[in-house]
Amino acid sequence: MSEPSFASVPRSMSRARLWVAALLALLPTMGWAEMKLNLPEPVSPLTREVFDLHMMTTWVGVWIMVIVILLVGYTLWKFRKSTGAVADQEFHKGFFGTWSWLVVPVLVLGLDLTIADRANSTFDQVENIGDAEVTVKVTGSQWKWTYEYMEHDYSFISNLKSKEEAGEYDYLRTVDNPLVLPVNTRVRFLHTAADVLHAWWVPEIAVKKDSIPGYINETWTIIEKEGMYRGQCAENCGVGHAYMPIEVKAVSRAEFDQWIGERVAEKQAAAELAASNKVWSQDELMAEGEGLYNTYCAACHQANGAGLPPAFPALAGSAMVTSDIPAHIDIVVNGKAGTAMAAWGAQLDDLQLAAIITYERNAWGNDTGDAVQPADVKAAR
Amino acid sequence: MSSNAATHDDHDHHHAPSGWRRWVFSTNHKDIGTMYLFFALFMLFFGGAMAMVIRAELFQPGLQFVSPEFYNNMFTNHALIMIFGMVMPAAAGMANWMIPLMIGAPDMALPRLNNLSFWLLPAGGLMLVMSIIAPWVGGGTAVTAGWTLYPPISLQAGMSMDLLIFTIHLLGISSILASINIVTTVLNMRAPGMSMMKMPLFVWAWFFTAILLILIMPAFAGGVTMLLFDRHFGTSFFDAAGGGDPVLFQHLFWFFGHPEVYVLLLPSIGVLGMVIPTFSRKPLFGYKSLVWGMAFLATLGMVVWAHHQYTVGMSIWATKYFMIGTILISIPIGLMKFNFIFTMWRGALTFETPMLFAIAIILMFAFAGVTGVMLAVVPADLQYHDTYFVVAHFHYALIPGAVFGLYAGVFYWLPKWTGHMYDEKLGKIFFWWTTITFNITFFPQHFSGLAGMPRRIVDYGVQFTEFNTISSLGAFAFGLSHLLFLYIIIKTIKGGEPAPAMPWEGAQAGTPGLEWTVPSPPPFHTFETPPEVK
Amino acid sequence: MSSSHEHYYVPDGSRWPIIAVCGMFTTVFGTALWINDLSLGPWLVALGALGIAYLFFGWFGDVIDESMSGKYSPQVDTSFRQGMMWFISSEAFFFVAFFGSLYYIRMIAVPWLDGEGHLGSSHLLWENFSATWPLVSTPDVDKYTQVIEPMGAGGIPMINTLLLLSSGVTLTWAHWGLKKDSQTQLVLGLALTVILGVIFMGFQAYEYYHAYDVLGLTLNSGVYGSTFYMLTGFHGMHVTIGAIMLMVITVRAAKGHFSHEKHFAFEAVAWYWHFVDVVWLVLYVFVYWM
Ligand code: HEA
Ligand code: HEA
Ligand code: HEC
Ligand code: CUA
Ligand SMILES: [Cu+2]
Repeated sequence: MSEPSFASVPRSMSRARLWVAALLALLPTMGWAEMKLNLPEPVSPLTREVFDLHMMTTWVGVWIMVIVILLVGYTLWKFRKSTGAVADQEFHKGFFGTWSWLVVPVLVLGLDLTIADRANSTFDQVENIGDAEVTVKVTGSQWKWTYEYMEHDYSFISNLKSKEEAGEYDYLRTVDNPLVLPVNTRVRFLHTAADVLHAWWVPEIAVKKDSIPGYINETWTIIEKEGMYRGQCAENCGVGHAYMPIEVKAVSRAEFDQWIGERVAEKQAAAELAASNKVWSQDELMAEGEGLYNTYCAACHQANGAGLPPAFPALAGSAMVTSDIPAHIDIVVNGKAGTAMAAWGAQLDDLQLAAIITYERNAWGNDTGDAVQPADVKAAR
Repeated sequence: MSSNAATHDDHDHHHAPSGWRRWVFSTNHKDIGTMYLFFALFMLFFGGAMAMVIRAELFQPGLQFVSPEFYNNMFTNHALIMIFGMVMPAAAGMANWMIPLMIGAPDMALPRLNNLSFWLLPAGGLMLVMSIIAPWVGGGTAVTAGWTLYPPISLQAGMSMDLLIFTIHLLGISSILASINIVTTVLNMRAPGMSMMKMPLFVWAWFFTAILLILIMPAFAGGVTMLLFDRHFGTSFFDAAGGGDPVLFQHLFWFFGHPEVYVLLLPSIGVLGMVIPTFSRKPLFGYKSLVWGMAFLATLGMVVWAHHQYTVGMSIWATKYFMIGTILISIPIGLMKFNFIFTMWRGALTFETPMLFAIAIILMFAFAGVTGVMLAVVPADLQYHDTYFVVAHFHYALIPGAVFGLYAGVFYWLPKWTGHMYDEKLGKIFFWWTTITFNITFFPQHFSGLAGMPRRIVDYGVQFTEFNTISSLGAFAFGLSHLLFLYIIIKTIKGGEPAPAMPWEGAQAGTPGLEWTVPSPPPFHTFETPPEVK
Repeated sequence: MSSSHEHYYVPDGSRWPIIAVCGMFTTVFGTALWINDLSLGPWLVALGALGIAYLFFGWFGDVIDESMSGKYSPQVDTSFRQGMMWFISSEAFFFVAFFGSLYYIRMIAVPWLDGEGHLGSSHLLWENFSATWPLVSTPDVDKYTQVIEPMGAGGIPMINTLLLLSSGVTLTWAHWGLKKDSQTQLVLGLALTVILGVIFMGFQAYEYYHAYDVLGLTLNSGVYGSTFYMLTGFHGMHVTIGAIMLMVITVRAAKGHFSHEKHFAFEAVAWYWHFVDVVWLVLYVFVYWM
């Protein structure tokens, strides 16, 4: 974008133009960084279609504004009393006065129908969900995304990367586990939520849909270009609404197949390990638990265990966490109805839960020395 | 106006009651109107202060001043206060003051009810304040749901939410009763000869506004009542596990919420219908089509609510219906805009403060309208929805569309209300200051929205920094301009050039109301014997 | 608009509205505390309710006095009538919202959960659910109690329909009495209407008891119970208010307050009662019958 100079704006221009110019003149001083002024470049057939529609309505809007501004500007200029203009008391009664009520609506109706027609056909495409090769169930919950590859029966959770990890620049834009999708493949998304409304939105590849607890919405896409696409939760979901970004990593079909194969195998191995009767040492559990805690629990209870009282209790020094093992296991496995504390038993396996609980009981000065075993968790289910 | 002493009861009507009783027990439309206006002015600062908190927090990335919970509570209450506490009461205050004067009525049709409608507002305001402080006093989480109060998130909050639900009940009852009063006044209290088609446009505008309120407010009250039952009595209206649907609440909310935006807009259109002919020195162009246009707008406005819910997944046909219906709203509003422009055409224009605001509304609200039509287009809205593009759209609609109309009204009628001319020079400074800073605040938000910034977030990635910094700076300057506004009002109340019955050398001769036949300020009682309109 | 030439009565300052505001505020604030288990709550509700009762006596007392002493011109009467009409319109839209909700739940949401229509994939989340109306078995069978037997249309609801319909007839009969200035017919008709209304309420209470005790139809039994109690409950509340207003009118009629040309209060209550009647008919069709 070029930089219009303030001085070149003639004084007689309408005030609307003046402020646009003033604003644009102000902008360069702020540093452009990575500032975008429009929707991002689309990388799927659907978003391209939507983008074109957006540009069309934008131009209709711009032209309407130009006409209105010119008309008003001219009127104000021409009929100033200070230049001796005398009001025409009969103007509203003339031919124009009698028929303008018909003229304006008919013209506007024409524009409206043009827009609506274009919108209608694009919308048909949006709704043309069809069969897909890859189906991903996207579940929003406070405040993270869970992705499930329906064909592979494989799911994982994607969380915000902390500021330390992501760095100042990428904070709030990056996650620990991006969603991986193959390019040039028809992908279908099933949107739902676990607790409150969320909305999954990645501007470049997909249109936005709400995630509604208990219901499933559908969208589709075909990504045409490899790369990393970023988005955010776009429906207010409470205090963590700003903290659930989305990353989609689009890779070649071969790379995708390899990736999903590895992940499925990994998952099976982990499941076997959790089911084995191995007794784990406190250190092993702590090491495992720290990462898991930071992934799943720190959003509310914070990485330092201090929580965000009164909404989210501190775990450091908590009576329950430092003494009562069964109650501790119970609240983590079964959650607490009516609060944000979810039943994690449904999302994590016995080993993971044991590790998290052990970590909580020994971190941040809790130092109970307990090592909760997967078997203990299993018993509590 | 002479009074008809024969039919009087023993009280002397020509001396206003004094002391606190005059205000608390008031049955006088002018006093009640004044109270409405002061209440609204107070709420403007209250809700505005919350906007300042929002903008300060968003000044740069990171958590600066407030917790996420408080931030969410701020935008929730900012919106509720601005809409229910500021715009609606200010418009109702003008209705109270002006409608009886314009149509030659001795007062509102039901004066005691009028008092009840007003005093419910401070009660609702108090309840709202308690909702804000409840988390500190009584524990539980604050309301973080936004003014739309969507479940399930509104089911999670603590007692704060219950207090907010009751706030809405109180404010809702207030609006319904005030509207009943206004419709009845318009239908039953016109002076002989003041036929409906002779009424000033402002009266028509409020007539439709009031009918809208009577019909839509109950849906909102019903919706929040269902919310209350889901929260405390085990029902499952909004819970799929019991067969309900969270989206049902959205339908109830927007069945109220969309017509509500016309409730905010129409009084301001009514003000334009007075101001523009005045300072163009000729009659309103297309009076009849404006009236029918408003009727059409009100009707159509009631049946397009779901354009706020394109992303929730409605059937294809329902979505298309709502899209086309919404786009068609550009017809009546476009008609109004052009009628106003044609009113200026071949006029003799002067640019006093009310007129400046009126012109700014025509230009800037047209802009809000075209972004509104962009939003109405479903596939595109699926990208805009819940981003700052929407925030920009609705602040352009709400501030030029509604608030500037109120400013225009205040400057236009201040001489009538107080008997003093306002300071024209300060008025003009206020106009330029607000108009410029308003645009600095909200214009960049279109871009941040398109660039991907969702609304209702307390913290954002660094890529959005520039937009937000500009926006915040603009907002602070815009906020400060209101101190000038306050100063102008106080100054006008305290003194200034005395205003004649018809200020501006009788420029308003082309407007049909009777308000200019009484002195400025009007006596405590006016039109005790109905005037005859020829 | 011929009457406009007369003096329109504008009352002097009145303390009732502000008492009304305080009463309403106290009541709802008390309710908010109560449902959050704060012990002050019920006391405040009682206090607020007392205030409101006091206020009704006072405010309406003033209006009656003014009316009886001939201060109201026909134009004032018209204001009251129009005000009441718009108030009833508002009430009607309150019920429209509830009937709309019933429609949405029944025709749109529940079928989706069972795999039909636009959001049919939702069935993936509730594999064992099958849609029926009345919805006796909720999608999540553990979270809510299940209905044992839905409410039928015969029996009490049928009797109640007949009761309300006949109460409409007795009320109209009373109106005829008023028109020909027959005090006995007026009072008798009103009294009969009140009695029918009270019997209706008694049956309704018994029906609720039966539903809780035998049918397993409760507020907690999923959305069928929710909509059932919301619609019948709010209707019942209106019947109660209507019956109380009818009682007051009966007493006033007995005192000879109404004449064939001046009886706004009677007519307002009659409109209200007929409105409540019509709501019941719609309700009977959509809640009990279909
Ligand atoms: C005063 C308030 C006001 C007004 C008047 C309007 C007016 C309109 N609004 Fe706006 N709107 C809001 C306040 C208002 N809105 C608010 C508060 C929200 C957000 C709520 C929330 O989520 O919190 C919102 C959100 C909102 C949405 C939802 C966006 C989303 O969340 O995804 C949509 C979508 O259709 C929309 C559309 C419109 C349209 C089509 C109009 C039309 O009425 C505009 C018509 C006017 C014109 C078109 C201009 C004049 C006409 C011409 C010059 C003729 C030629 C024009 C054309 C042919 C285009 N609005
Ligand atoms: C009539 C309605 C109305 C009005 C007038 C305003 C006025 C303003 N609004 Fe508001 N706003 C809404 C209705 C309104 N808003 C709604 C409906 C929402 C959506 C809420 C939701 O998402 O639920 C919203 C949301 C909203 C957001 C988005 C929050 C988010 O999504 O996270 C923002 C952010 O910039 C904002 C800013 C402002 C600003 C800067 C003003 C300014 O115009 C305010 C100017 C006025 C003053 C500032 C007051 C007077 C001055 C003083 C108090 C003196 C002191 C001044 C200083 C110290 C500088 N508003
Ligand atoms: C969405 C927010 C959230 C997340 C994520 C979360 N919790 Fe909680 N947690 C809560 C809330 C809220 C409570 C308080 C419940 C109550 O009211 O008793 C709680 C309570 C607890 C308690 C009891 C504390 C006490 O002293 O009573 C423990 C232990 C706990 N959580 C562990 C965990 C673990 C382990 C995880 C991750 C696997 C986790 N939480 C994730 C919100 C959360
Ligand atoms: Cu999840 Cu917002
Ligand atoms: Cu809308």
